[in-house]
Amino acid sequence: MTLACGPVTFRIGSDWAAPIKALDALYSDYPKPQSTIPHFTVRLEATRWWRRWIAPSIAISGDFRLPEVAPLALGMGLLAAEMAMNLQVALGDRRFLLIHAASVEKDGKALILTGESGSGKSTLAAMLALKGWRFIGDEFALIEPATGLIYPFPRPTSLKNDAIAAILALAPADRFGPLLRDTPKGDLRHLVPPSDAIARMHEPARPTLLLYPRFGAKAAVRDVGKAENFVRLTQASTNYVALGETGFQALTRFVSDVPAIAVDYPDSATAIRTVNRLWKALG
Amino acid sequence: MMDARHLAKALADPPYVLGLDDRGWAALLAMAQAERLAGSLAVRLDGLPIPAVAREVLRNALVTAETGRIRALWEAEMARRALAPLRIPVILLKGTAFVAAGLDAGRGRLIGDCDILVPRDRIAEAEAALLAAGWEWVKPDPYDDTYYRTYMHELPPLIHKDRDAMIDVHHNILPPTARTGRADAAALIAGAMPLNEGLFTLSPEDMLVHAAAHLFADGDLAGGLRNVWDIDRLIREHAEIEGYWQRLVEAARRHGLVAHVSRALRLTHHLFDTPVDAFLAYLPRRSDVAFMSRILARDRWGRETQKALRFAFYVRSHWIRMPSLMLARHLWTKWRTRQRSR
Amino acid sequence: MMLRYAAPPPGACLRDEAEGLTLLYHRASGQTHILIEPAPHILDALADAPMTEGELLATLAAAFEVNQAEAVGERLAELVAAGLVSTS
Repeated sequence: MTLACGPVTFRIGSDWAAPIKALDALYSDYPKPQSTIPHFTVRLEATRWWRRWIAPSIAISGDFRLPEVAPLALGMGLLAAEMAMNLQVALGDRRFLLIHAASVEKDGKALILTGESGSGKSTLAAMLALKGWRFIGDEFALIEPATGLIYPFPRPTSLKNDAIAAILALAPADRFGPLLRDTPKGDLRHLVPPSDAIARMHEPARPTLLLYPRFGAKAAVRDVGKAENFVRLTQASTNYVALGETGFQALTRFVSDVPAIAVDYPDSATAIRTVNRLWKALG
Repeated sequence: MMDARHLAKALADPPYVLGLDDRGWAALLAMAQAERLAGSLAVRLDGLPIPAVAREVLRNALVTAETGRIRALWEAEMARRALAPLRIPVILLKGTAFVAAGLDAGRGRLIGDCDILVPRDRIAEAEAALLAAGWEWVKPDPYDDTYYRTYMHELPPLIHKDRDAMIDVHHNILPPTARTGRADAAALIAGAMPLNEGLFTLSPEDMLVHAAAHLFADGDLAGGLRNVWDIDRLIREHAEIEGYWQRLVEAARRHGLVAHVSRALRLTHHLFDTPVDAFLAYLPRRSDVAFMSRILARDRWGRETQKALRFAFYVRSHWIRMPSLMLARHLWTKWRTRQRSR
Repeated sequence: MMLRYAAPPPGACLRDEAEGLTLLYHRASGQTHILIEPAPHILDALADAPMTEGELLATLAAAFEVNQAEAVGERLAELVAAGLVSTS
């Protein structure tokens, strides 16, 4: 099957029908791409030929590969497909400076949330997207080097463990994928972005504020200096080095133009209040 | 059923792609990625009116190729700086040599490691100098280390502690335990051509012999299509030089690799219509069909097909590198290590 | 024969300043470095012509008012290890 999200088209092949069916259902709200030529090919393959039927186990493969990715059980086919697509973009894209971050937009301006796994950025972005912001992306922020604009890449958000219940309370049930238990990261469910975000997935925005959220700490707000920001972002980028000179230009411009603030928060309500306050203060 | 002839055709005759539908493009791009020829394809298709997505994919590959080129050349330069005080000549090999010399074979090429050759009697000094300058071993398991040092024609791979690039230091182009060929390292070094201070490449004919040796004897033929493409590019660039074919015959004889060079010429002529010297290429052999099938074993998803053939070549490539008793022991030990790590 | 140090000519590197630090992209290597004074001044001084450590110290003192010989020595060694400065 072929699917497109923002500026990227994927072709997905699978040794089993189930993961494809699950993907079709999850992406049912996304318009089919006009051209089926893919930027990246992804394959979900049986690790051994007999593993198509016996204790089926999925090896992720495609144009770009990492040798040490552990295979997943067939029941987690949807997760395997999502991971495989992320891997292709992370390793193969050179059109954009990629930063591991979630992002949302309001009035043409983008708020970007970056940080490690567990920082709460995905959950926070998902909540903001349900409270009047436009969802731009969960895993990657795509920054166009020539213009500095962020291009939407609104794939479904992977919600884990406690976050699932928190968002279930806010979003309609039909926006969720199936519950996947006992994944390497615990319970996992995909949240499909709001229809509006999908409909507008080709509209870029101007990055205006970068936040480093940290969940589970006492409320605190601190400016992040340009040098520290630059270093942290080179680590948060999967392709900074691969872009060479273009990467340096794009990232130095980004850290010069976009203020960066570290936000510690004990709960989401505090986070959202803080975000709104900081956003308003920018004018 | 589609095979990598689809990709070979696009490389040999770029206007072929103008008639492709979406499915044809998807297959072409997947094969190109799998064969690490996406950058080369991009160069060949430059200027043609191709679909926007295809152009974006190929441009991605060119960016990757350029970053790889800079990285490989820098590793070579840093190796030169480390070895210059000892006056050890550094001869660049493979992709690094192609880009350093500005050859057509280097355009769009996706380079992995930086490969260099130094004289065998200086390799211990070279190793010490590189380690002192900040290179480290890519931690192999102790068995592999012995294998490398005793049987192979290269040091175990090195990586610099500050940079994310590997360097392979060779002292010959074939292992001393190889069944076929007895590459004459001294002749390779004597014939080397200077690039600039302390850096050299092999002579054009030695470069071709090395590419042919690499294609058949030095690996398991995975990535074979790319090696044949290198050979096509090298021949087209160098065949104009006066006396090239004569020197190529002499070099092939000197290194005991006439059969390999001969077969390489036949394959490239068949796949890419390379103009080759008929005397050297002569009549095709039956085993050519097996080689051809192996090189083209790629489907429209970029997957390797013909698994039985693949295993036969894996065994064959190890057979070529090591006498059978050692081979049995090596495969058994590798298999055991793999089992233990499960 | 004394060791002489040389740096890439202007244009071989891209620079950006951030809070007293210099972000530097070295085109020939594709590497990004973060430099702290006196390293950027050392590169500036050596970019024109190769010089010995003694000549460098004199140039730095005159042009940039940099006077700590030990710091210069350490930064110079780091720059050589990083490939930004070459020796002959």
